[in-house]
Amino acid sequence: MSLPHYLRALKGVMGRELLRFLHQRERFISALVRPLLWLFIFAAGFRSTLGVAIIPPYETYILYEVYITPGLLGMVQLFNGMQSSLSMVYDREMGSMKTLLVSPLPRWFLLTCKLLAGVLVSVVQAYVFLLIAFFHGIEAPLEGYLTVLPALILSGLMLGALGLLLSSFIKQLENFAGVMNFVIFPMFFLSTALYPLWKVQESSEALYHLSRFNPFTHAVELIRFALYGQFNLSACLVTAGTTVLFLTLAVLGYNPSKGMMARKGGPGA
Amino acid sequence: MSAVPALAVESLSFAYGKKRALDQVGFQVAAGQCAILLGPNGAGKTTLFSLITHLYDSREGRIRIAGHDIKSRPCPALAALGVVFQQQTLDLDLSVMQNLRYHAALHGIGDGEARRRIQAELERFGMYERAGEKVRQLNGGHRRRVEIARALLHRPRLLLLDEPTVGLDVPSRKAIVEHVHALTRSGDMAVLWATHLIDEIHPDDRLIVLHAGRIRAQGSVNEVLERAGATDVAGAFEQLTARKEAA
Repeated sequence: MSLPHYLRALKGVMGRELLRFLHQRERFISALVRPLLWLFIFAAGFRSTLGVAIIPPYETYILYEVYITPGLLGMVQLFNGMQSSLSMVYDREMGSMKTLLVSPLPRWFLLTCKLLAGVLVSVVQAYVFLLIAFFHGIEAPLEGYLTVLPALILSGLMLGALGLLLSSFIKQLENFAGVMNFVIFPMFFLSTALYPLWKVQESSEALYHLSRFNPFTHAVELIRFALYGQFNLSACLVTAGTTVLFLTLAVLGYNPSKGMMARKGGPGA
Repeated sequence: MSAVPALAVESLSFAYGKKRALDQVGFQVAAGQCAILLGPNGAGKTTLFSLITHLYDSREGRIRIAGHDIKSRPCPALAALGVVFQQQTLDLDLSVMQNLRYHAALHGIGDGEARRRIQAELERFGMYERAGEKVRQLNGGHRRRVEIARALLHRPRLLLLDEPTVGLDVPSRKAIVEHVHALTRSGDMAVLWATHLIDEIHPDDRLIVLHAGRIRAQGSVNEVLERAGATDVAGAFEQLTARKEAA
């Protein structure tokens, strides 16, 4: 299997994911409506209640809407990762995942292609959200729109790898409600997406520590700093390390002899 | 014709937990041969296909496709394999062309070559006119034809078909049976066709009768009839699959 073969396969998987995304307009709209509701309604309602002190990377007092924008970018990617996971479980149930898995390429590469395709879609969504936020008056420094790109790619990789990992364990689509309750909501609320860590610490030391160790917190901070042209090394290391861990576990999960695929109890899986 | 068998399965066993799905299964399919894997529902056909396609791994036994061991050399083995699964695996919201281009990309076929091969395969199945249509707009028989065309794009040595005619009307079934048999006559590609429908068997096919995870008989149609002591395939099938633990 040559390098052009790998590149063609990568292009093929990414192209297919983008085409599917463009065909599913409802998915695109709902992916945008969710964070916009938080931005336009939730943030407006909480603006006066939740005061945010000056914390890096901000150099002045900021509106609550400005604070939660990076968190909502993370939310876009978190939901996209879960959506990819959902569509992979669906693909497996419907059979089209088999088309990918019987391709003559190493499974880790095929799963990485799938992951990169999901990241591409999530980055497109994130930029559309940033554009709408811009017209709503939430402006980051101009160079921030460029420096946030690598951060969005890395955070997209981490959340997409989490989605891959979950899809290797989840047997049926019906089990996805559990993912919402046990993965998405705790990850989102136990993070710095909606409130800074010191606010959480004021209320509960335990929640503070849980939030501190939540990889989603680090993904959000990576995006927050990058949007203001700054690099947060520790957030980057944690996000990258978690990506590698999740992806490795996902590849093991999809391994025909070691993973969950062989234990799903029947040929239909 | 190649001396290396298109498919060689040796002493293959597989279990889902304590339930044994395959027990010491062994057979070969030579180049240019059409082998019919005949078995009732639950015989182990789909499990066998999942192992040949490397969706599962078995600790017991060995599978070689065009001489490549599926466990130690999965990539060249899968490159020599074309598959049509029992479940429909086309993307309904994409066009026929987009589905086939996706498959070509996964097999590393460049754009120009992919276009030529897609046109040739779709023309062979009388589907080229419909290349721009969404798969959702096609009926079941046409979708199956597209899936077979797709499985042939990378020119495999072995074509696996897992009950491809289930749910199709009689003319569509007949057309697919004829198409696939014509394929083996025109080249050295081998076919392994899983079915429980005996009218899909041609007189010169090789038969492999699988029941309750074990091979009950294999050979030419005449050899299997002789083994079962029957005068037709329906009788032989009934005989061989009625004896649960024998053979």
